[in-house]
Amino acid sequence: MDIEIKNLYKSFGDQVVFQNFSAKLKKGQVTCLMGPSGAGKTTLLNILMGLMQPDSGEIVGVPAKKSAVFQEERLCESFSAVANVRLVCSKKTSYKISNKIIEDHLSEIGLDDSLYKPVRELSGGMRRRVSIVRAVLADRDVLFLDEPFKGLDEATKKTVMEYTKTNTQNKTVVMITHDPDEAKAMCQEAIYIKKGETANV
Amino acid sequence: MLVNNQLLLVTPFIVLKKLAVLLLDTGAWGVAAFSVLRIAAGFLLGLFTAIVFAALAGRFRLAEVVLWPYISIIKSTPIASFIILCLIWLDARSLSVFIAFLIVLPVVYTNVLQGIKTTDSKLLEMAWLFEVTWWRRLRYIYVPQISPYLISACSVSIGMSWKAGIAAEVIGIPAGSIGEKLYEAKVYFSSGDLFAWTVIIIMISILFEKLFISGLKIFLGKGE
Repeated sequence: MDIEIKNLYKSFGDQVVFQNFSAKLKKGQVTCLMGPSGAGKTTLLNILMGLMQPDSGEIVGVPAKKSAVFQEERLCESFSAVANVRLVCSKKTSYKISNKIIEDHLSEIGLDDSLYKPVRELSGGMRRRVSIVRAVLADRDVLFLDEPFKGLDEATKKTVMEYTKTNTQNKTVVMITHDPDEAKAMCQEAIYIKKGETANV
Repeated sequence: MLVNNQLLLVTPFIVLKKLAVLLLDTGAWGVAAFSVLRIAAGFLLGLFTAIVFAALAGRFRLAEVVLWPYISIIKSTPIASFIILCLIWLDARSLSVFIAFLIVLPVVYTNVLQGIKTTDSKLLEMAWLFEVTWWRRLRYIYVPQISPYLISACSVSIGMSWKAGIAAEVIGIPAGSIGEKLYEAKVYFSSGDLFAWTVIIIMISILFEKLFISGLKIFLGKGE
């Protein structure tokens, strides 16, 4: 089922972020949210994730099982990269995951030397990659990625983008980016947000 | 010289001699065990209750509101008032358990609640989004957040529980306790015994604090 945003209205005090905003995010596709800073991309993502409530409007079709890369990494600082990924791997579902799988995924994007170091000892780029693996291995129906490749050097970004693309196939992904090249490489569709107005690219 | 006056201030040599006598006396070990067991039981009971209360208060605002007056009263009531009141309600042998409990409860409760309140809300949002189980939230998010508060509270309250527990024994004079020995030392003007037992109390208190805090650190950090 597609995710449909109908007549969304959201304001913070006097500042109206979304006015009568509607959009459709296709199931199984990667949709990019683009636009200048302060246009409301993260606000829209937070509303879609259920972390923020719109003032009015309707959002339908958001799967219950969600995964995310947040603007900040939101990692448990004193735990290792492996433990941080394990934290979100559900025991309730049939999807069970071994430490070996987690280690393989982290190694694939260059974290093989830092698997069991507390994440507070890792650099910004490394922490970003841990949060990407966490989002991927959580194995949920929809992924919300807020500038997932922020702070990565070009070579690493290429590897991590390839990793993300491969491991999110056939999943609904909503991704915020400022980089048109990232959007081109990752997304099937993009929505440009400018002060509450939208235009599909 | 005052130091040569055994009534006022004994020499370190006499204290050491008394201490050696006490350490070789199995009866003294029994006296120490009597007080250690009761004060440690009061401390652990207070610690457990404080953590449960803080968890409830952190989760339910109503619980915090309901507990607030009780915790405030316990915090501000002079310990001597509690001791005398408890002597009416309890038998002298249980007095130090209850007094140590009362000393530990508000210190640990206040600190742990503060730790819960300062838990990173962004991490909690992450846990909500990923549907992290309550047990994992506790282990990965709350415990690392609360640990420094809990360790600091325990470190302070162990010493306080010893001071208050022994004070309760001195007033209640339960037979076979360190408090009784201190009371006897006062009655018989035996400054040597008074200092020797005080040294024993300090040693036990420091040892208990070191052992407990080390164990607590290992316990809290073992998931990391």
